[in-house]
Amino acid sequence: MSPWLIGFALFFAYPLLSTVYFSFTKYDGFRPPVPSGLHNWTYLFTDYPLFWPAMRNTLWLVVVMVGCRVVFGLGTGLLITKIKTAPGLFRTLFYLPYLAPPVAATLAFVFLLNPGTGPAGVLLEGVGLHSPGWFTDADWSKPALTVLAVWGVGDLMVIFMAALLDVPKEQYEAAELDGAGAWARFRHITLPNISPIILFAVVTGVIQAMQYYTQPLVAGKVAAGVIGGSGEQFEPGYPDKSTLTLPQVVYNLGFQRFDYGAACAAALVLFALSMAFTALLMRRRGGLIGSGD
Amino acid sequence: MPRSGRPTTAVAVLAALTALATACTGQSGASADDDPNAQVTLTFWHGWSAPGEVRAIEENIARFEQAHPNIKVRVTANMTDDKINQALRAGGDKAPDVVSSFTTDSVGKFCNSGAFADLNPFLEKSGVDKAKVFPRTLLEYTQYRGNQCTLPLLSDAYGLVYDKSAFAAAGITEPPKTWSQFTEDAQKLTVARGDTYDRLGVMPTFHGYETKPTRLAAQWGGTYFDARGKSNLAGDPAFAKMLTAQKDLVAKLGGYEKLEKYRATFGDEWSAEHPLHTGKVAMQIDGEWRPAMAKEAGVAFEIGTAPLPVPDDQVADYGKGYVSGTVMGISAASRKQNAAWELVRYMTTDTDTVVAFANAIHNVPSTLEALASPKLQVTPEFKTFIDIARHPKSATTPAQADGGTYQLTFEDFAYGVEKGDVADIGAGLARTDKQIDTDIAKAE
Repeated sequence: MSPWLIGFALFFAYPLLSTVYFSFTKYDGFRPPVPSGLHNWTYLFTDYPLFWPAMRNTLWLVVVMVGCRVVFGLGTGLLITKIKTAPGLFRTLFYLPYLAPPVAATLAFVFLLNPGTGPAGVLLEGVGLHSPGWFTDADWSKPALTVLAVWGVGDLMVIFMAALLDVPKEQYEAAELDGAGAWARFRHITLPNISPIILFAVVTGVIQAMQYYTQPLVAGKVAAGVIGGSGEQFEPGYPDKSTLTLPQVVYNLGFQRFDYGAACAAALVLFALSMAFTALLMRRRGGLIGSGD
Repeated sequence: MPRSGRPTTAVAVLAALTALATACTGQSGASADDDPNAQVTLTFWHGWSAPGEVRAIEENIARFEQAHPNIKVRVTANMTDDKINQALRAGGDKAPDVVSSFTTDSVGKFCNSGAFADLNPFLEKSGVDKAKVFPRTLLEYTQYRGNQCTLPLLSDAYGLVYDKSAFAAAGITEPPKTWSQFTEDAQKLTVARGDTYDRLGVMPTFHGYETKPTRLAAQWGGTYFDARGKSNLAGDPAFAKMLTAQKDLVAKLGGYEKLEKYRATFGDEWSAEHPLHTGKVAMQIDGEWRPAMAKEAGVAFEIGTAPLPVPDDQVADYGKGYVSGTVMGISAASRKQNAAWELVRYMTTDTDTVVAFANAIHNVPSTLEALASPKLQVTPEFKTFIDIARHPKSATTPAQADGGTYQLTFEDFAYGVEKGDVADIGAGLARTDKQIDTDIAKAE
């Protein structure tokens, strides 16, 4: 038996099949699992109050946050490749936020965007703009998380920068001789050349968004004032379930409610969604990747 | 392989490992047959983290080890319930034998799932009559359907802590006894400045630290479950009255949005920057630890304490409050349960130990003898909370199979009410009842 097959069976097939099995059982992790038919599935879709808000939030993040990250990653990559003065310094500066630990970065953003004391609010109000509630306002919490994600876009910037530097210069020179403007060069030369990288960024971004857990949880807890007291109960999602994501639902069901069965069902939904998005993107890759790629 | 398999894999692997672990371990309290006189090392996890608290635990453990030379205790501090839950499921040599949890809300889950051993056989074997040792309310929140899977280890009583100087400046001569007086005083103490405040009478929103719907519901005397065990929030008018009063208070103090914006300027609840310490609020719904913490923070004003106000038509019951606390239990998977029981018995029932611990960390003692002990250091501020704990009408939230999920569901609804999102409180409570019943049926 090949090592690959052993690895596949042990770390993918068995856990996946076990998860499918547990999703059809009543299982709290202490007592043996008892078959329960479709109960976990019907509970998840019809009775569990956190599932649909988490689903909506996750899809929002997949579309908006991933889109913003790709656009900003590409934009920063383009900008960085154009800088001639101290390029290394600017590359480092733009990459540094990506190295910040997620919890620390989230704490810093909640502080910066605090509607009562945050410097961002003071600046906005200084120029006559009303400062929103950011992490305390359900309408603004996901945009706030997106701002945080865009701030840490250094990983994508480096990848895009490498791809942009790989685009053959002769193509730009030829286009310039033909009278192509900046937008035409970007549209007809840059984009087709880096489209595999864009696809990579979108696919990995979607998977990351599907697994988005730490930042919304920390932001919700801190903004709700739940940062101390090791025994304090906390239902994630503050404010108004707006920061709830599917991985938090898996955690809430499995580790806070002792309901492994329903947690496994939620994990399978997450898995199926990730597979579906990835498959869809790969199927549609023709629109992103040129025929020669 | 798509990376999206990671959460799935993690849950499944944990589940599989736990199934194996629980299949290989576990013994009920009744069948614990380890020799309590054998040389053993117990692993004890607790949630305290402040240096003074950790020192107090260590001093108690040192006295226990002196009294039980055959038992060594390996103590781990600062453990959250989530870590405790996972360790208990995983089992094995590193898992704790004895656990102290900060929240009584997990007790129903611990008992229902069999994570903790039933202590009734141990109590019987040791001749401890729990009804004579512990106050009734504390016994209520440490057991589930007769399974006494935990015992109280100190308790918390909730009352009102206030700034006496602010009261005097506002011309208030005594703490409010009724909700109407409380609302009036909160308004008198509030000093507004534009769309914020120089000082707020009280932060009424349910995100305001210890200001929880369960604390207020205790003042209205709400009964969470009916005789059939069904959720009773819509059935007992106390809950709707409490929520209506809360909505009114929030509106009178400036409205939800203005209050939440002000709340965002508060410091950490457990730090010296607590809004009561810094003068941002004049009154705080809080536990017995707050006066001592305020003094330690060096506040410039004199601190007053009082029971929480009661509804206007229940003034005869003034003095009651909400009571909860820390609990202590033995892992059902522990193979040293008799030795573990010696530690639990020492920590929870030995009067001097309980009093020493209560004195050290400013918590309310959890046994009747300790409550009456002359060694208990009782300041006037602290006495308020002792009296609340002793009050016959003080209440707690009952243990349920879903742990504290039913409280979170109620709390979630209460957030909507105070925010003004709920037009019909009665209909909303009926929906909340349905959700709670569904969740509990799922957990049982």
